[in-house]
Amino acid sequence: MTIDKTAIPMALKKILPTVQKPGRYYGGELNQVRKDWNAVSTRMALVFPDIYDIGVPNLGIMILYELINSRSDALCERAYLPWLDMESAMRENHIPLYSLESKTPLSEFDIIGFTLPYETLYTNVLNALDLAQIPLRSQNRSASDPIIIAGGHAAYNPEPMAPFIDAFVIGEGEEVIHEIMDAIRNAKEKGLNREETLHTLQMISGLYIPAFYTPVYNLDQTINSIHPIKDGLPKQITKRICARLPDPPTRFIVPSIDVVHNRIAMEIMRGCTRGCRFCHAGMVNRPVRERTVESIISSLEKSLKNTGYEEIALLSLSSSDYTHIQELTERIVERFSERKLTISLPSLRIESFSINLMEKLKGARQGGFTLAPEAATDRMRDIINKPIQAEQLLSTAREIYSRGWQSIKLYFMIGQPGETMEDVQAIADLSKRVMVEGRKIIGKRANLHVGVSTFVPKPHTPFQWACLDPLPTVLEKQNLLKDQLRGPGMKMTWSNPRETILEAVLSRGDRRLADVIESAWKNGAKFDAWQDQFNFNAWMDAFDAHGISVDFYTSRIRNIDEIFPWDHINPGVSRKYLQSEYQKSLKGELTGDCRGNCHACGILPEFNSLRRQNPGELWLCPEVN
Amino acid sequence: MQRIRIIYSRGEELLYVGNLDMHKIWERTFRRADLKLAYSQGFHPQPRIHQACPLPLGFTSSNEILDFWLDSDESIAQIQQKINEAIQPGMKILQVLDIPLNAPPLQTLVKAAKYVVMFTDAIDPIDLQNKITAFLSKNTCMRERRGKQYDLLSLVQSLEFTETPQPTLEMTLVTLPGATGRPEEVLDELSIPLTSVSIDRKQLIFSNDL
Repeated sequence: MTIDKTAIPMALKKILPTVQKPGRYYGGELNQVRKDWNAVSTRMALVFPDIYDIGVPNLGIMILYELINSRSDALCERAYLPWLDMESAMRENHIPLYSLESKTPLSEFDIIGFTLPYETLYTNVLNALDLAQIPLRSQNRSASDPIIIAGGHAAYNPEPMAPFIDAFVIGEGEEVIHEIMDAIRNAKEKGLNREETLHTLQMISGLYIPAFYTPVYNLDQTINSIHPIKDGLPKQITKRICARLPDPPTRFIVPSIDVVHNRIAMEIMRGCTRGCRFCHAGMVNRPVRERTVESIISSLEKSLKNTGYEEIALLSLSSSDYTHIQELTERIVERFSERKLTISLPSLRIESFSINLMEKLKGARQGGFTLAPEAATDRMRDIINKPIQAEQLLSTAREIYSRGWQSIKLYFMIGQPGETMEDVQAIADLSKRVMVEGRKIIGKRANLHVGVSTFVPKPHTPFQWACLDPLPTVLEKQNLLKDQLRGPGMKMTWSNPRETILEAVLSRGDRRLADVIESAWKNGAKFDAWQDQFNFNAWMDAFDAHGISVDFYTSRIRNIDEIFPWDHINPGVSRKYLQSEYQKSLKGELTGDCRGNCHACGILPEFNSLRRQNPGELWLCPEVN
Repeated sequence: MQRIRIIYSRGEELLYVGNLDMHKIWERTFRRADLKLAYSQGFHPQPRIHQACPLPLGFTSSNEILDFWLDSDESIAQIQQKINEAIQPGMKILQVLDIPLNAPPLQTLVKAAKYVVMFTDAIDPIDLQNKITAFLSKNTCMRERRGKQYDLLSLVQSLEFTETPQPTLEMTLVTLPGATGRPEEVLDELSIPLTSVSIDRKQLIFSNDL
């Protein structure tokens, strides 16, 4: 039973006064696009599978929202997951999950697009489908159900969610979204059935229709192959990229209530030349492409005019590596300094140049300074390929404290392959030395926040073969640090090791995990990324119910030639390169930055014609002839 | 420097926007309008924007008032035009006024507020009228809010029900620091659930003419 579309606004008026932060569920924000439902042929709903507060600032959703709504034949609306109180009110009053713009049930759209930036959103996707009263599994959907699409970083290993998603988009969405919209419009015009529609989608490069592929397992439960079930389908799905980064969005939705990030997000470059071996984003976002200073400045100008935001975040995986970073910050200061803006520049290298940049940008409000050394011994830095000298960190910290900052945040990661307790002890020692420097310079005002995450081996990275540290080891390492990193001015945060296990299982999972995900959700798991909601028992019961071993996915030693569940997904970086990087890590050999000295990761052979058509400094890869 | 007063309405789109968020909405509106807001002095300079009286969550308003200060000297017509171009859906500028810099702060001037309650569910008019009469004929109506006892009745200046053209309840409640009459508490005394009405703040009543 469900109430009618026209009855939703009235039903909302009754329940919204009874829930926390009702502004999450009402839409009507500045820059929302409201189109005439009947004036377009193709309608898409974009869903960020967490609450409004987290989902609204998501840049991927903003990019697609603007692109789809720029088409005259289509409309795009948004939905987010309701928080627990709203969910029960909706279920009680038979209100289906609806779009914020026109309050239309999601089931009435032609396409629903989920973004999957991380794995702990999977149960929320099932909850969203259930709230929308759409069958959870692709095979149970009928002609009247929307096509369910998913993309984002977690989609680079689509298998655990394969039965629930009709089509995955592998890679960047900016160009392919138009091909998808065209295909769906044509399918509707021609009256294609669901299977035929999915077939036309599979013809689009970068799309993966899991129903058309089937896994075969070996006796030892590893994958034998994942292959197409009919002729004419690609054996491998190669990701989509934009040869040139298109103009960034400038009409950001400005929520009328406070959310996690209230700011203009400006991606200055995509990809990273550093090659840290644990880093998923650094591998799957190659090649490195930059926006021009000119285009960034003019987009910022437009965005400020359109939003009135007081904060700008310049986003990239490694801001210091943006070729024209000096010029960019100078131009930003020159252009916008009178407007009392807060400008953040994350992911800076550990060197005094970064402090110069931050000093230039710092406005009236001054936050902390964040550095990510990740490891504290030379041995570990060689393994993970992130070489930073301890002395360099200390001198940078010294300079930060002496140039007006009172607070430094250091990010470390424990549990990387080959780590010993000595390496963990070194994290404590190094952090304490930073604190001592701060004390010397500004006394008791000095603050140090040490964030310690736990390494999760990710697909399509050199560490895709590595084991997750066993739980007792992680606890021992965390306890060592918790014991030592305390005292006045010192704060340590760490990740929940059980959440890490879940993330690790899902990251390198296969299609058999779909049953576990569904059972976990039925057992009450949702909002797994929320510390206070994470329900480890619901998950463990689900694993038990299906006789699936967690260790198989986390701590099993994988052979170098094992076929992985994500091997039919091609991120452009070759398995051969990942393997050689893994082997170098075992020997503690570094691989340098790839600017100027190409390490043949596989991107250029994969995308050589795109590179040829787009020569010059747009890409940081060498030119091809 | 100039001090500007805006009288505006807030519609359905902003039903669930609280007072602090409204402050931000105005700050961003002025930024989009490219008006040079004056900032407070001190370590954390804040734009000088003052709202008259917070509107409770879930209410619309036909008569919101806001003062702000500009570090510029622009004509009222020009300011009004700029704001109209930048304003967000659901808000409508009714009037823009030039105010002497030394005029008393808005918050100290509000004396009372008039609310109009419309019913979304069917009601029994006779029963409601009887309840109103009974409520108004009491000597006191003691209630507790945040651990403090107070007499709700002493905060009610008027309470009137009209049946035609559509059932409407109008009330004027005292709005003084530490003594603010809340429409939802009056509705509670009349056994009208908040979920069955929509409430508009029709007017803010000031201690002197604005």
